[in-house]
Amino acid sequence: MSRIQTRFRALREAGRSALVPYVTAGDPDPDFTVPLMHRMVAAGADLIELGVPFSDPMADGPVIQAACERALAHRVNLRQVLAMVARFREDDPDTPVVLMGYLNPVEVMGYETFAQEAARAGVDGVLTVDLPLEEGEDLWAALDAHGLDPIFLLAPTTDDERARRVAARARGFLYYVSLKGVTGAAHLDLAAVRERIQDLRRLTDLPLGVGFGIRGAEDAAHVAAFADAAVVGSALVRRIEEHLGHRDAALAAIEDLLRAMRHAMDARTQESGP
Amino acid sequence: MSEPYRLPDERGHFGPYGGRFVAETLIEPLDELAQAWSRLRDDPQFRAELDRDLAHYVGRPSPLYLAERWSEQVGGARLWLKREDLNHTGAHKVNNTVGQALLAQRMGKTRIIAETGAGQHGVATATVAARLGLECVVYMGAEDVRRQAINVYRMRLLGAEVVPVESGSKTLKDALNEAMRDWVTHVDDTFYIIGTVAGPHPYPEMVREFQAVIGREARAQMLEQAGRLPDALVACVGGGSNAIGLFHPFLGDEDVAMYGVEGGGEGLASGRHAAPLCAGRPGVLHGNRTYLMEDEDGQIIPTHSISAGLDYPGVGPEHAWLKDSGRVEYVAVTDDEALAAFHELTRCEGIMPALESSHALAYARQLAQRLGKGTDVLVNLSGRGDKDIHTVAALEGIRV
Repeated sequence: MSRIQTRFRALREAGRSALVPYVTAGDPDPDFTVPLMHRMVAAGADLIELGVPFSDPMADGPVIQAACERALAHRVNLRQVLAMVARFREDDPDTPVVLMGYLNPVEVMGYETFAQEAARAGVDGVLTVDLPLEEGEDLWAALDAHGLDPIFLLAPTTDDERARRVAARARGFLYYVSLKGVTGAAHLDLAAVRERIQDLRRLTDLPLGVGFGIRGAEDAAHVAAFADAAVVGSALVRRIEEHLGHRDAALAAIEDLLRAMRHAMDARTQESGP
Repeated sequence: MSEPYRLPDERGHFGPYGGRFVAETLIEPLDELAQAWSRLRDDPQFRAELDRDLAHYVGRPSPLYLAERWSEQVGGARLWLKREDLNHTGAHKVNNTVGQALLAQRMGKTRIIAETGAGQHGVATATVAARLGLECVVYMGAEDVRRQAINVYRMRLLGAEVVPVESGSKTLKDALNEAMRDWVTHVDDTFYIIGTVAGPHPYPEMVREFQAVIGREARAQMLEQAGRLPDALVACVGGGSNAIGLFHPFLGDEDVAMYGVEGGGEGLASGRHAAPLCAGRPGVLHGNRTYLMEDEDGQIIPTHSISAGLDYPGVGPEHAWLKDSGRVEYVAVTDDEALAAFHELTRCEGIMPALESSHALAYARQLAQRLGKGTDVLVNLSGRGDKDIHTVAALEGIRV
């Protein structure tokens, strides 16, 4: 069983939802990321999504675009991101790490090389935002061969038939994009998300995470009431942006937000779920 | 007319290129677009409406002009110019925006968005949006907004909202990213008019079909006026829509050679250019797999060309396929060579070409000399040069 599957099984048994922070690797500089990952785990993160910086992040809002630009100013590349995961793994053998990014840097490295080196570094899952079901079989086959979980997005525009096909190819968990828009957008309709998650439960047994637009403890707690994971990205990355040049303050601000989310989420028992 | 191949396949692939590389949210709207397009492309009423607009609004057919004096000066092949510069709004771009706007209207979309580099596609989009009474938002890199103030004002006069894009390199590629972000946010009421033969399926095929009117006309005109097909076609390639539009109806004519001319900037060796087919490698950007300008980490790198319309790090996926298959030869022309061709055509034919088209002219000149007397070279004069007067004047130190 993969680290992701193990983690979700344990959470399910405990009746808890996963808190999943996203940060862009190398933002604001390459030395910040590994200590940040440990700090997030200490604050209650169950799984970490690590963004691979890309020059043209089409699905991301302004906050994560700026994070990519800060990381790329240090020429942070995919190999360095894998090295960060390997360093994180030296002290944390349990917390799953999912790489989230765009296809082109992976294309350049080569699917087989990437899958092999990602597995060796201790990566657990891979989400390539711009690689839909129809185009990715070669990459996913390489991930399969190295025991990595392919993670997929489902959107409000994804119909049941397609969701079923995506779920059949996915492993680990499914990531439901809670709104039509880019990361960090503002118009989260929790009632609609809840309804859709309940529909999706009938199509798949995979854990269902929700992200895009979760800003604070209250949103996270609402999401935890019906989903298996709450993903928070832009709200954390914004803390980095607000404390540029002050690493301790940035770490503390991120820790505070995650602790508040964890606390609010655990105060609610999960209402639905198998 | 024989078709040498039936590409793309049903999922938009030209061999290994093309496809649909977008986030999950856009899959359904792209399916909706592909369905509407396949329903309407052969619909007689839609075709009649499009043909009427092309005739009476755009001003088609555009002439095929034998540039006798220029041919004589060059001293080789006869040089023929397909006069897309005479279209309404001054370039080939409008062939596509008229078509996509009709499609948007049929699909019940009330809001149009577009990306633009130099502003030509933005102007052509704002123009058709004004005519159909559709809301129009044009994304343009902040750097381009500064460089192309007149086109920005033109779009605003036409009622479009022009949004400067401050992210990344603040140029065309970033405008495209931002248009995609807008679309993903407003998929229900918004139609995204992509300006070139790139992007996710069905855009490359759809834009090609709207632009293929150039080649269909040129082929018939050539047969009528010269009594034979040309020996070679030449067109500039940024995203590649004017080139595909000219080339496509000739693909089955094996004796017609084809040359796509990229923006060579300060020369391929300098690294400062916009020539992904000549000096890039395959990758994935903006919804399709194609040749890209990228670094060793797979990050997209800044491009340079004197011509804003060629200043793009990718290229339409069908060009990538035509390059690999060897059917079309892709070459690059430097800023200086293009500028010389701009002046030469202006002075000896009284036709001021766009700097984009000047790249095709510069290569056609070399080719005409190589092929020699008794041959025919057909060049797509994709746009007029009025928009570039400030650029040319500034290079010569003249304030206008």
